[in-house]
Amino acid sequence: MIDTAVHASHGGESRAMAYFRERAKWRWPEVALWVAAFALAFVLPRHALLFNEIVIWALFALSLDIVLGYAGIVSLGHGAFFGLGAYVAGLLAKAGAGAGLLSDPTFGLLASAIVCGIVGYITSFLVLRGADLTRLMVTLGVALIFGELANRMAWLTGGADGLQGVMPGKILGVVEFNFMHPEYAYLYSLSVLFVLFIVARKVIHSPFGVSLRAIKGNALRAGAIGINVNRRLNGAYTMGAAYAGVAGALLAQTTAFVSLDVLDFHRSADVMLIVIFGGVGTLYGAIVGAAAFKVLYDLLAAATPQYWPFWLGLILVLLVLFVRGGIMGLLTSVYARLTGKGDAA
Amino acid sequence: MSEARSDSVLATRNLVRRFGGIVATNDVTFSLPSGARHALIGPNGAGKTTFVNLLSGVLSPTSGQVFLGGQDVSAWPVYRRARAGLSRTFQINQLFADFTPLETIGLALSEAHAEGAEFWRRAGTSRAVVDEAVAILEQLDLGDVMERRVGSLPYGKQRLLEIAIAVAPRPKVLLLDEPAAGVPEGEREQILEIIEALPKEMALVLIEHDMDLVFRFAKTISVLVQGALFVEGPASEVARDPRVRQVYLGESEVEHHLGAPQGAGKGGAA
Amino acid sequence: MLTVLFDGIAYGMLLFVLAVGLSVTLGLMNFINLAHGAFAMAGGYIAVVLMQRFDLSLFWGLPIAFVVTAAAGAFLERTLYVHLYDKPHLEQVMFTIGLVFMSVAGVDYFMGASPQIVNVPKSLEGNLDLGGFALNKYRLFVIVFCALLTIALQLGLSKTRFGSRLRAAVDDARVARGLGINVTTIFALTFAFGSGLAGLGGALGSAIFSLDPQFPLKFMIYFLVVIAVGGTTTITGPFFASILLGVADVAGKYYTPTIGGHQIQIGGFVIYTIMVLVLIFRPQGLFGRAPGK
Repeated sequence: MIDTAVHASHGGESRAMAYFRERAKWRWPEVALWVAAFALAFVLPRHALLFNEIVIWALFALSLDIVLGYAGIVSLGHGAFFGLGAYVAGLLAKAGAGAGLLSDPTFGLLASAIVCGIVGYITSFLVLRGADLTRLMVTLGVALIFGELANRMAWLTGGADGLQGVMPGKILGVVEFNFMHPEYAYLYSLSVLFVLFIVARKVIHSPFGVSLRAIKGNALRAGAIGINVNRRLNGAYTMGAAYAGVAGALLAQTTAFVSLDVLDFHRSADVMLIVIFGGVGTLYGAIVGAAAFKVLYDLLAAATPQYWPFWLGLILVLLVLFVRGGIMGLLTSVYARLTGKGDAA
Repeated sequence: MSEARSDSVLATRNLVRRFGGIVATNDVTFSLPSGARHALIGPNGAGKTTFVNLLSGVLSPTSGQVFLGGQDVSAWPVYRRARAGLSRTFQINQLFADFTPLETIGLALSEAHAEGAEFWRRAGTSRAVVDEAVAILEQLDLGDVMERRVGSLPYGKQRLLEIAIAVAPRPKVLLLDEPAAGVPEGEREQILEIIEALPKEMALVLIEHDMDLVFRFAKTISVLVQGALFVEGPASEVARDPRVRQVYLGESEVEHHLGAPQGAGKGGAA
Repeated sequence: MLTVLFDGIAYGMLLFVLAVGLSVTLGLMNFINLAHGAFAMAGGYIAVVLMQRFDLSLFWGLPIAFVVTAAAGAFLERTLYVHLYDKPHLEQVMFTIGLVFMSVAGVDYFMGASPQIVNVPKSLEGNLDLGGFALNKYRLFVIVFCALLTIALQLGLSKTRFGSRLRAAVDDARVARGLGINVTTIFALTFAFGSGLAGLGGALGSAIFSLDPQFPLKFMIYFLVVIAVGGTTTITGPFFASILLGVADVAGKYYTPTIGGHQIQIGGFVIYTIMVLVLIFRPQGLFGRAPGK
């Protein structure tokens, strides 16, 4: 009976392939977003520092979205990889003293990605044992241990004073950071984000990415159709760790400084807020959330510097109670209504 | 039939499963030949679902062994057994609510074709996989809803998808856990027909309460009582066996099918 | 060395009283309440306010803190938390973290950011001389009080009808409901009681650890460690985990071993490492129930 020699409706097959193609297609708002982001460097160079910060948060949030939104791992310690990446890149730049391969920012990015990827891979085995609370604790615990280590290894990390003498060299030996033109740094970070975003997008739409979403949706069923759940999650976590490391590296390189607060618990909490605010499991939620968060933060911090946590807390509470799917959830439902797409998933 | 034979696709030997002080599966030795049409019945609490969970790997045995195609798989996790050709449906639908049927079957097939871990190529570019997925969906009457979100489908369609996802990888053994459970009266016949039309080489084990289904479909039956194999044999014999009737004493739905000297079949004692 | 043990046990017992409510809540309703620390903080500040503004001794502060925070817990549970039980853990985490941030800012606003100075009641000042050892009276009081409380809890759990219903519900809520046990009411009462205990612990501990608006954030990690290591199916698990943690934490502060010529500060490092190591080898905690497979 299940006999694929019988093609009941020939038109159905090519339509099905078109369906998959359609789902992964670039939509015009996406293209517009990236064009606008690059244009900002030239249109509003005064705010390049702010944009740079947003981009770094966006990449960090993207890395968490892979872990949280696609692999479904609740991690309160993702900042560990961000901090690790920052220190790796910072130390390399310092060692290279501004010249040669070691100081080349692209080398720093690569090194951070690899180091954080390896550490992420190893920790993923710990993280995948046990249920939600255990994972939460392990991720948190690992991050706290990293923080303590960085503090105690002040001879390496500079301790509370921060890492001094970070001198990023020329990108690919050609383009130099120029602190009179912060938009160079912004374009650098944005390009990195763009490339990594495209990679993430490809992975999400691949069979591997689909299996991640399946695992998140129903891990029992995923196992029952032959998916080695833990192995796939190892992969996702590793990728998330590597991405976070690159984000940290960008911070170290574009600010020429690394301090202990890259390993602060606040970072892990903030980035989680960003991902939820923007929309979990949407990739773009990370970018949108980062922008919204940074802007909101600056506004609120300026208005009530001391009681800023109150508003943060209130936003969190309201988000959970009322907003399903974050900003992206809101935008996609508006988009769907505008373009008339109905019940399609 | 109760010894593990060399041509059995699925077998257990002295399988035991304890939960604290309770013995849920009590020394079960069982063998399923290729192409079997086998039903597993028993009163409530007999341990049928525990047994199925032991077979599929959701639970690991306290002692005893499970064999798949002659190989000892007792320590194998669920996914490994699935890849070796063991498939199952769950009593309560276990589906991916945010996927579409097309994505669901596409995923099942790409895993079966060992393409599931590919992380660069876009899903849906393998023509063979997509074609096969569409064909399966259409043959299980899901063609008209294949691009709709699974969570939004009516229960009957979800149940069909539950079966589709289990048969898509062309398993050697299929465990059906109460496939018609909760399905509206008018749609049950469709499920029964689909089960009847499954490939002859596929060994099927049906866990059921519904005796209509059991006697229509099963050639052999095992009766599980308090975790142990009580009676086993050809369907007609089991139906006639007075001990089986006793076990179901009080469950009038069931009694109604048993006890007629002429044996099984839709007529029965009705 | 004995002082370390003594202080550590006092600290650990305090941790237990603070964390036990959270452990039972999690075991019972599978609800991650990271705002638990806020109740402890509230208890502490209530005791402080009573002492400073109304000149009431700590002995009054303790029961009042318990009652007020229990009531607050009951209120919060019925109005807000009840909507979150079916939501994914992530959302519970975010929601309760949000509550913590709000409470931290609120306390900061009303009470100021500096640590509160709490004086132990006159009757408990100073040391008790026991066979050559000088035992701090207040810490001794804490140990005795918490020990009695723990025994009362354990008895309540094992000997009363409410206790057996609670244990059944923790074991398997669905089955318990099927047996006619009103899980919702049990949960509301347990949550209120647990919050009250947290408040009590906060009041009790206000003289030992520093009480400031950052308290919930600092201590939340300790509570979570207690639960992760001690499991959520018993109260003896978290009890021993708390003692272990208390001693380890105090020891970490006192001992600075010299390795390779460098003096190593241990501090909080110990706690986190112990926890991660425990969870690696036993994801269900030292005393928790093994995952059903």
